Amino acid sequence: MTGALESHRHPGLSVPFLDLDKIIGDRDTKIIICCGSGGVGKTTTSAAIAVRAAEAGRKVVVLTIDPARRLAQSLGVGELDNTPRAVTVIDTASGGSLDAMMLDMKRTFDEVVISHSTPEKAAAILQNQFYVALSSEFAGTQEYMAMEKLGQLHAEAEARGTWDLIVVDTPPARSALDFLDAPEHLSALLDGRFLRLLLHPARGPLRVMSAGFSMISAAMTKILGAQILRDVQTFVRAFEALFGGFRQRATSTFELLSSRHSTFLVVATPQRDALREAAYFVDRLTEEGMPLSGMVLNRVHTSALAISPERALSVAEDLAGTSAVLEVEALRRHAHLMRVIETESRMMERFAAARPTLAQTQVQSLPTDVTDLAAVRLVGALLSDKD
Amino acid sequence: MSPRHTLHIVSGKGGTGKTTIAAGLACALATSGRRVLLCEVEGRNGITELFDVPLLNGTEERRISRTSAGGMVYGLSIDAEAALIEYLDTFYHLSIAGKALDRFGAVDFATSIAPGLRDVLLTGKAYEAVRRRIKNRPNSYDAVVLDAPPTGRIAQFLNVHAAVAGLAKVGPIRNQADSIMRLLRSATTAVHFVTLLEDMPVTETEEAIAALRPTQIRIGTVIENMVTPTPLDLDQLQTAAGGTVALKVPGLTVKQNEALASEFAIEAARTLQEQQRHDRLTALGLPLAQIAFDPGGIDEGAIFAIAEQLTDQMILEAV
Repeated sequence: MTGALESHRHPGLSVPFLDLDKIIGDRDTKIIICCGSGGVGKTTTSAAIAVRAAEAGRKVVVLTIDPARRLAQSLGVGELDNTPRAVTVIDTASGGSLDAMMLDMKRTFDEVVISHSTPEKAAAILQNQFYVALSSEFAGTQEYMAMEKLGQLHAEAEARGTWDLIVVDTPPARSALDFLDAPEHLSALLDGRFLRLLLHPARGPLRVMSAGFSMISAAMTKILGAQILRDVQTFVRAFEALFGGFRQRATSTFELLSSRHSTFLVVATPQRDALREAAYFVDRLTEEGMPLSGMVLNRVHTSALAISPERALSVAEDLAGTSAVLEVEALRRHAHLMRVIETESRMMERFAAARPTLAQTQVQSLPTDVTDLAAVRLVGALLSDKD
Repeated sequence: MSPRHTLHIVSGKGGTGKTTIAAGLACALATSGRRVLLCEVEGRNGITELFDVPLLNGTEERRISRTSAGGMVYGLSIDAEAALIEYLDTFYHLSIAGKALDRFGAVDFATSIAPGLRDVLLTGKAYEAVRRRIKNRPNSYDAVVLDAPPTGRIAQFLNVHAAVAGLAKVGPIRNQADSIMRLLRSATTAVHFVTLLEDMPVTETEEAIAALRPTQIRIGTVIENMVTPTPLDLDQLQTAAGGTVALKVPGLTVKQNEALASEFAIEAARTLQEQQRHDRLTALGLPLAQIAFDPGGIDEGAIFAIAEQLTDQMILEAV
């Protein structure tokens, strides 16, 4: 009977279900990318998918960006670093395995420089002050290096069969799809007109501009200092040979991400700002023709008690002042919860109305933080559960 | 009487409601006849979304709200490129060259190769807005609220000295960094942290405060956001969280009472955890404020409600 105890789970929402187990089970799925704004549970979602896939028999490596120490501990890997570490606490009965790593952008950049140039040239680049700033501070470097690392992991997976699934937790994007845009930005920067002018001021068709340019260049020198501009020049000369390779690899990783072997999941919570960001992600990915399988909605509130907030509050009011203190508070909290559910439903309905074909799966709000393997498994189970 | 804070910097982990609290604080400060500037620095258009007004472009400072107390809140989305061109104009009279700079990609280049420069330009714009009052400019503000980068980046963002360390050793940018640092360290500036009573945001708040201490920038209030208040005491909460208590709400079936009890057990357990995190924040020895969770979601009305709670709990300057 579907009476008063019927689960109260956001009525009126009929969107396609995002079947995670099907995605995991499809051997053609080789890369899963979780993206979304900060604070929506992206790292936890990535870990839950990785654990579930590994326990279902996939050979998984999860690449995380966020140093969520508790989560690393919950996977039995105290400190994650730039090298994949085996996660041994999982159940390997189905023949799967799990490795976990955390992106170290500086080290990844260093490794690229070392492996693609002569020792002398590498040493010159690594010591360059501009390189030091670029590899540790530049806003797009983390995203660029995430792509670079993803390319490396994929190459290794293909060559040695170490893994058959890579789960990527993208950097907490400052503005939407930074990790897709960053390679382009860095390329444009290092390949840009200003830099070429800086290197070869009076050459080619831009010569006529050089008077105006020298004024600007002088201002730049005053602001940035002559040293930093010299560093940039030295760096670019040393880096020129490497640069083509960078571009090429970024392009092929981009192609890999657009292929049928990859799939994107947009992670969000049913709050206005998180859904707004998610909408931006969904629209951008669709525009770019990236393979988007759907959306994960985390921390969705639910109640097993179908009593309206109005009725709960009315009964609470009748009981106020009696000895039923716990009852009154329980009813008030229930009313509060039902209001939250109403608000979330409204937000999700609006979102779904604009994107009716986007599949989604919901993970209910959990009473505690996800800090152990049991909780990570629970999130995986909730992700895959249609109800 | 403590000196007026004219610059309020608001930080917090992603998802804690940092922008909402910054907006609430701006409204709280906009009492009768006062003008308050609310700025954001990450180009997310969070302010305009929140107040449901058209986007803010470039250097535009537009009124986005009039408070019921009769004050006015202006919005500004600080843009590093626009700030650099403005800066070049001020110090080098290079305004005509501004467009040429953009064409050469020089602005993007400069702010990209020296990420610290970007932060100095962003804080520098807030500094300029604060200074207008001292300089008696007509477009001055009684207070400036800065919706700053998240906790993970806040110490680096505000440490403008370190940011320009690799840049020119002399010249206006260095002098400006010194002036900005003086303002940030002065008694009229405060950094507030927004957190949820969850483990990760509390941990990040603790870490950010520790990272900020050496900069000598004053920390204002730690704002616990989305708190669900409870009239119950510890014993009652523990009893409820145990899940063994039999609730007897008249008119509800036995099954409904059971469902209510197990739902309440989870809620009570959550409240107990929140109280532990509140204790951790209390140990920081800083003023705390609590903002009640609004189950109706965030709109302009909710921002005004937050403003009221902040007015009641924070020591805001007298009118």
